[in-house]
Amino acid sequence: MSLFNKTLAIAALALTAALAQASGGVQLDRAPLRFDNASLQSGAKTFVNYCLNCHGASALRYNRLTQIGLTEQQIKDNLMFTADKIGEQMKVAIRSDDAKRWFGAAPPDLSVIARARASGDGSGADWLYTYLRQFYRDDSRPTGWNNVIFPGVGMPHALWNLQGVQEARFVEKDDGHGNKVKHLEGLELVQPGLLTKEEYDEEVANLVSFLTWMGEPAQETRRQLGWAVLAVLGVLAVLSWMLKKAFWKDVH
Amino acid sequence: MIDSKMLAEKGQQLLGWVDDRFPLTSTYKAHLSEYYAPKNFNFWYFFGSLALLVLVLQIVTGIFLVMHYKPDASLNSAGIPVAFASVEYIMRDVPGGWIIRYMHSTGASMFFVVVYLHMFRGLLYGSYRKPRELIWLFGIAIFLCLMAEAFFGYLLPWGQMSFWGAQVIVNLFAAIPVIGPDLSIFIRGDFVVSDATLNRFFAFHVIAIPLVLLGLVAAHLVALHEVGSNNPDGVEIKKHKDANGIPLDGIPFHPYYTVKDIFGVCVFLIVFATIIFFAPEGGGYFLEYNNFFPADPLKTPPHIAPVWYFTPFYSILRATTSDFMWALGALVAITGGLAILTSKCKPVKAVAAVVTLGALGAFVLIEAKVWGVVLMGGSVMVIGLLPWLDQSPVKSIRYKGGLYKSILAVWVVCFVILGYLGVQPPSPIGNLVSQICSWLYLAFFAFMPWYSRLDKTKAEPERVTSK
Repeated sequence: MSLFNKTLAIAALALTAALAQASGGVQLDRAPLRFDNASLQSGAKTFVNYCLNCHGASALRYNRLTQIGLTEQQIKDNLMFTADKIGEQMKVAIRSDDAKRWFGAAPPDLSVIARARASGDGSGADWLYTYLRQFYRDDSRPTGWNNVIFPGVGMPHALWNLQGVQEARFVEKDDGHGNKVKHLEGLELVQPGLLTKEEYDEEVANLVSFLTWMGEPAQETRRQLGWAVLAVLGVLAVLSWMLKKAFWKDVH
Repeated sequence: MIDSKMLAEKGQQLLGWVDDRFPLTSTYKAHLSEYYAPKNFNFWYFFGSLALLVLVLQIVTGIFLVMHYKPDASLNSAGIPVAFASVEYIMRDVPGGWIIRYMHSTGASMFFVVVYLHMFRGLLYGSYRKPRELIWLFGIAIFLCLMAEAFFGYLLPWGQMSFWGAQVIVNLFAAIPVIGPDLSIFIRGDFVVSDATLNRFFAFHVIAIPLVLLGLVAAHLVALHEVGSNNPDGVEIKKHKDANGIPLDGIPFHPYYTVKDIFGVCVFLIVFATIIFFAPEGGGYFLEYNNFFPADPLKTPPHIAPVWYFTPFYSILRATTSDFMWALGALVAITGGLAILTSKCKPVKAVAAVVTLGALGAFVLIEAKVWGVVLMGGSVMVIGLLPWLDQSPVKSIRYKGGLYKSILAVWVVCFVILGYLGVQPPSPIGNLVSQICSWLYLAFFAFMPWYSRLDKTKAEPERVTSK
């Protein structure tokens, strides 16, 4: 079978080469996720204050937030502005056809956005973390805002008073066909916001952590349960191997 | 006081009562305690019982999912399709729902992993050869059903990939000349994939296909137990029996293989649980990321990739462009030529000539798009012809020569590369590579009657060998 192995090795090499060629999407910053209650609660606060006006999270019920260490009373007093009952889902009052008229697209429901935005370039959290920090002024857009990794985005920069205003630095580049094209080289903070850069990054990290938690509230339970299940299965595997040995000792 | 002896006697009486009315003991003996399987099964022989396990898991988890899932494409008050929202409802609000859902979604991928390995076992040890041709054909039918089942099921979460994947595949039928466009509308029940499509796919997924699947699995097992299992040496254990008519190299399936398979099940479940609890998305291959966006008929995703288990065949579909038809024509012409030259029987020569010329003519007359669909289906079905294509004097890879082993190795590599390219966006180099691999994939079958004869085989042993 050595020829078989050789052929496999060559194929593996070819595949690696093809893979290296295939990558080359957008550059994403790694989101520093934290799943402690304080970070998730801070993320929940930002979400309710800044996102939940236009974006719903219709798969999430308010009382699910007890899972991140809040009491029902705290949720009712601090986070429920549009709902009456603690078991209600996080819905928004905005009508989707209105939203479509105002922004060009209805704001998507964010329940599983952290899962949907994952790709070969990085996790969904990485995408969101990069996206929420890379808005810049662009007067050619109807909202006055554009985004580095989501060109032509419909959403204005909802967190601008926290981050401040960024402007894009463009350089002229040759596109290889003799044409000059504008190439975005970086962003510059031209007007500071309420938070410093570090504070803003932290705020966004908390928000993205919350969005990730919200994408699958059972994920922590899932991982914990996983170890227990694997332990039980490991014991069963050993026992069943011994059973097999015992039964097979007379087979020669 | 209950006397244990009396209790055993009562039990015997009850069993006798049943046996007079239903073949309980005899069925148990025929299929388990007195079904003699070769004693030299190796690693590859775990996957049959594992496929059965996954089938049961899929049915049981499926029943619980159907209790909460809603096949409804209309939008709820939050603007989310009801079907999509009901999956999230299962993931969050149904107690234990997430584990049931992940078992089902991971189970779909693991079903294909296990079945691909099970089929490859058959390929390695010539399990399709006489007298097991029908077992093989039932198996191919099971594989086709499995693909249909997976395809119908994939629409149900009603995400972007569900929707656009179904759109692409149903549109393939529109390529069929004359009836194609009407046929695709008939399948969808609408001009686009819609609520009507979702509901009929749901019906196919939860009842129609599973019924056929169960029937075929029963036929697969009955046929297997009629002729007996093959083994890694590819020799018949029934040739050497003891005074009681029991094969010398056979051991009763129960308890020997039941205890062995229980160990296999434990190891499989460790892999299965690792995926479910730690990587349920399977890196975007088991649950595609884009499918977490609800289906939007107005927004075509830039890259529509089928789930990994369809990709080798999907690659063959994509590779079949008009420039590939020349290579395909050459393949048919060489195969036909070989058949005419080497056959000793006049009618066979005539049939080969007619079929070859007919096929070449059809290649010219009918556009490549249609042949892509034909080849995609054909590349699955052609596996069913193996019992008649393989003319080697030996069954098992252990006694086949270097020629066959090299060709098989190339074929496996082509299959894997096709699978890999099927998940990638199309590219000029990728297309060329997939055309070469598709050609080699088909040539493996087309030329088998000749190279399997040319191959220098070793002598098979009289009895099975251990290890």
